[in-house]
Amino acid sequence: MAKVDPKYLLSAEQMAQFVFDGFLRFDDLIPPEMNEAVYADQVAGKGRWHDSEATRAIFELPQVKGIVQSLVGENPVYDHSALHVVGPHHAGAQAWHADSIIDARPFAFDIQAMYFSHDVPKESGPTLILPGSHMRRVSNASISRYKNIKGQMQFIGKAGTIAFLHQALWHCAQPNHTDTTRYMFKLRLRPGEEQRALFNTEGIGSPEVRKILGGSHPWTGEQARAENVQRAKLWRYICGDDRMDTSFEGVLTRMQI
Amino acid sequence: MSEKRQQILILHLSQPDLNSSTVAWALYDGAKPRDEPQMQSGDEDEPPYRSVLDAMRDGWFVIQIPTLPVFLRGGEHETGHLPYEYVLERRVKLHG
Repeated sequence: MAKVDPKYLLSAEQMAQFVFDGFLRFDDLIPPEMNEAVYADQVAGKGRWHDSEATRAIFELPQVKGIVQSLVGENPVYDHSALHVVGPHHAGAQAWHADSIIDARPFAFDIQAMYFSHDVPKESGPTLILPGSHMRRVSNASISRYKNIKGQMQFIGKAGTIAFLHQALWHCAQPNHTDTTRYMFKLRLRPGEEQRALFNTEGIGSPEVRKILGGSHPWTGEQARAENVQRAKLWRYICGDDRMDTSFEGVLTRMQI
Repeated sequence: MSEKRQQILILHLSQPDLNSSTVAWALYDGAKPRDEPQMQSGDEDEPPYRSVLDAMRDGWFVIQIPTLPVFLRGGEHETGHLPYEYVLERRVKLHG
C-alpha cells in the first residue's frame, strides 16, 4: 500500500479517542454512489471481499487508507473478512462477545472495520458495542452472561457509516425488526509494522489529548483508574515516546523509579 | 410440583458496596416458558434497580456476594470481567 498524503492521517486527538473508546466512527466518509454499488453486490449475494470490487474500492479511498495507515501502518496484513447478514424480523440478539481468542500481545492490536452500505436505524439492529471495553482481558464468549451495560451503544446511522474497532472491543449483533435484510461488512487487518508514531503525532501531550484520555466510561466504576493507567501505557506505546505520561497523577513516571 | 420458579437477577455494581450504583444487569426468568423471550443484549438502557440494596428492598434475596479482587504483583492494573457481580433470586408463580 502506498503511503498516503499526511493530511489523511488521524490527528492526535482522534487517535486519543480511539485509545479511550476502542473505536473511531465516521459518518460522512463514503460517497453515496459507492455505498449503492456495495449494497447492490450484497443484495446480489456477491458482497464478500473477494467477490466485490465495490467493497474493496471503499478501502482504496485515501481517507480510509489514511485511517488504516494511522492504526496499522503502511502495509497492513489482511486477516479475514465477513459479510454479516441479519434477515428481516429476526428477533434474537447475539450474545456479548469479543472476537477471536485472548490476544497475548501487550500493546499491538488488530483493527476491525465495520461498514454499513445502507441506512441502519435502531430497528434494523446495527451492531451494539461497549465503548472502552477493549482493554479488558476476556475470552470470546466469556462475557455472554451479561445483557445490558451502562454506556452500551449501537452503530445507528446513515448509509456509509464506517467504524474502525480495536479487535478486543466487546460487541454483538442486534435484532432486526424491519422488513429488509441488514448487512454489515467486516474487515480485520493486522499491523504490518510496529504501531509506533504511525499517525499525526503533533499535540500528543496537549491538554485536549489529556482531557480525552483522562475521562472514564460509565460502566467502569472504581476500576476507572486502572483503566486510565492501561490507556496511558497504550498511548505511550503508540506515540513512540517512552517518556509520554498521560496517566492519573503521573503514576507511570512515579512508578518508573 | 410447586408452581413457583426461580428468577435470577445479576447486578454488577460500580464498587463492592451493596449501595453503590448498578452498571450492568441481566435477568434470567425461570417462570417463563421456553418460547417466550428472555432479556437480551441491548434491550434496556436503564437498570431495574439503582443498587443491590434497592433490589433487596423490593423482595430480591442475595445468593452470591463476589469475593474481592486479588492484585498480583505485576498485574495490578489489568482488568477483565466485571468484578462486583451480585446474584439475586426471587421465587415467583409460573407466568401465564
